[in-house]
Amino acid sequence: MKYLKALILVTFAVLLIYAAADLPFRGDPDNRMHDERSMTNTPVAGNYYIQEAYHDAHTPNIVTVVLGDYRSIDTFGEQVVIYTAGIITLLVLRRTRRRSS
Amino acid sequence: MRSQFDSPIIVLGARLLTPYIMVFGLYVIFHGHYSPGGGFQGGTLLAAAVLLIRVATGRRVSRLQIQEFATTPLAVIGVIIYFATGFAVMITGGYFLDYGQLPIPGMDPVWLRYTGILIIEVGIGLAVMAILVMIFDNMVKGEDYA
Amino acid sequence: MLDFFFGHYAYWFSIILFSIGMYGMLFKKTLIKKIIGLSILQSSVILFFVSVASKVDATVPVYDYNIPVENVANYMNPLPHTLMLTAIVVGVATLGVAFTLLIAIYNRYQTLDEQELIERIHD
Repeated sequence: MKYLKALILVTFAVLLIYAAADLPFRGDPDNRMHDERSMTNTPVAGNYYIQEAYHDAHTPNIVTVVLGDYRSIDTFGEQVVIYTAGIITLLVLRRTRRRSS
Repeated sequence: MRSQFDSPIIVLGARLLTPYIMVFGLYVIFHGHYSPGGGFQGGTLLAAAVLLIRVATGRRVSRLQIQEFATTPLAVIGVIIYFATGFAVMITGGYFLDYGQLPIPGMDPVWLRYTGILIIEVGIGLAVMAILVMIFDNMVKGEDYA
Repeated sequence: MLDFFFGHYAYWFSIILFSIGMYGMLFKKTLIKKIIGLSILQSSVILFFVSVASKVDATVPVYDYNIPVENVANYMNPLPHTLMLTAIVVGVATLGVAFTLLIAIYNRYQTLDEQELIERIHD
């Protein structure tokens, strides 16, 4: 069992190294994700955010604009997720208390 | 927490540090438009300020700051602030969370977006603070019970 | 070859962190150590995304009047930063849920060791 786990670990590490060898260099401005148009000739989201964020919301911090305006429904989902996590802690531990009393 | 030893140095240090951490958390929330920051980070700092008192002084003193039953309503208020902002746009004829049509008279759509982002950041900060404190309280309570 | 190695250095560090986290999850016997491994693995993914977002000679994605916004190469890509910002907070919340479940397990079975836990469940 232990050898199987070690085999899984080494296989996964080798797979990740093989995958990382094809990635562009760190900080390369010609990276695919920083291009103006993507491979299928559609506009790339990151460029639009950089160019139009201040014009759209008058907020200099681009990350805040993406978080609060462009992707606000996503952020709402994240907030519901952490709210659910808090409620889960309440429910799990309250159930323990009721059983032992 | 079961073990409570009254150490004046620890209580004094926590009392000294807590207001500054809290003010810095509020600064991070409200200055998030112009510098790195926002609701998530500021809420975590506010929770750190509350948890510092809870860790340092135990349950008896920290009850004076934020009571344990008050965290769940605060989290609900935070989520509702966010949802109400989106819903207020929707009932005035816009899309959900499209702040350009918030029902505040006399403002450009651009500045309405600015205001809308500020409102939801406050909601996020409140919810994150309340939920982190809630997780800590429930874990302490469940551990006591073992 | 050397250029290839140093050009990808952030990815090598991410892979090392990922392997450490996976080692903790696979080999450690205590459930708390497994969760610490899970947390290390998550931070490796976060560091990988943040390192992908960087550009050489670019500044942080906060708009500055002196730096023109038309040339995209002046600013880093803000999208991975946003995604990881929410991922960190959700990671903390899910870590709280994991520890809550561990507390519930400990309250019921009085152990967190993997083998002992399986034996006590079967009893």
